[in-house]
Amino acid sequence: MTSIHKSYHVAKNDFIHAGEASIHVKNLLKSMNYNQDLVRRVAICGYEAEMNLVMHGGDGELSVDVNSERVILEVADRGPGILDIELAMQEGYSTAKEEYREMGFGAGMGLPNMKKNSDALKITSEPGQGTHVSMTFYNKG
Amino acid sequence: MKGIAVVMKLSEIAKILESDFLSGEEKKDQEFHYCRGSDLMSDVLAGFAEGSVFLTGLVTLQTVRTASVSGAGAIVFVRNKKPSPEVIALAKQEDIPLLVTPLSMFVSCGRLYQGGLTGVHGNR
Repeated sequence: MTSIHKSYHVAKNDFIHAGEASIHVKNLLKSMNYNQDLVRRVAICGYEAEMNLVMHGGDGELSVDVNSERVILEVADRGPGILDIELAMQEGYSTAKEEYREMGFGAGMGLPNMKKNSDALKITSEPGQGTHVSMTFYNKG
Repeated sequence: MKGIAVVMKLSEIAKILESDFLSGEEKKDQEFHYCRGSDLMSDVLAGFAEGSVFLTGLVTLQTVRTASVSGAGAIVFVRNKKPSPEVIALAKQEDIPLLVTPLSMFVSCGRLYQGGLTGVHGNR
């Protein structure tokens, strides 16, 4: 299988289009006959990351790199950054605005869910500079 | 009650909930075993959803996208919440049937439970 790389722009506060990139990625993986479990895990993590970017980050990109061995999902933004990553990883911790909670998000579950559904998760963030999240999913056949 | 395995067709769910199809009526014979009632999308994304019927009062584009990425098989909007045409169009595109019921979340869940559906965590 050849390697495929795709990149999508994700805009801050754009709730009309938030999630479109992850659904594209889901359909791409499905068309490449990846197993349902892997497709589901990548789609959920991509969507959680995309929502985080729309709610908290600045504009940014979601990109996916796929080969027969693994899928790497990367999300980078130019937002305010995460002050305390350890704290942000705690389930229930959230800095989301009330309006996001009314949409059913911002419950402090996104990052822990990304950790649960990916095989490896790496977050680097510099306050004032932005956040970079990289997730790897191994193709277990 | 564990071990009970009731499967319900979407047409039967629609009848029990006195609901109308907003889209996806062609999938009325699709079978469901699990059900979830939630307005918290984060909970849906963090738990098992594959092939479940998803009851919610939240009628946004993100409700449909949450169902799509989590694998929920159908959405029922409770309390007569009517989605915008854009939400219906997205559900058609994602091939997820949409239904709307005049019943509350409580009564909708109660009726489907009584009918034999199981919670997404596998218990009754």
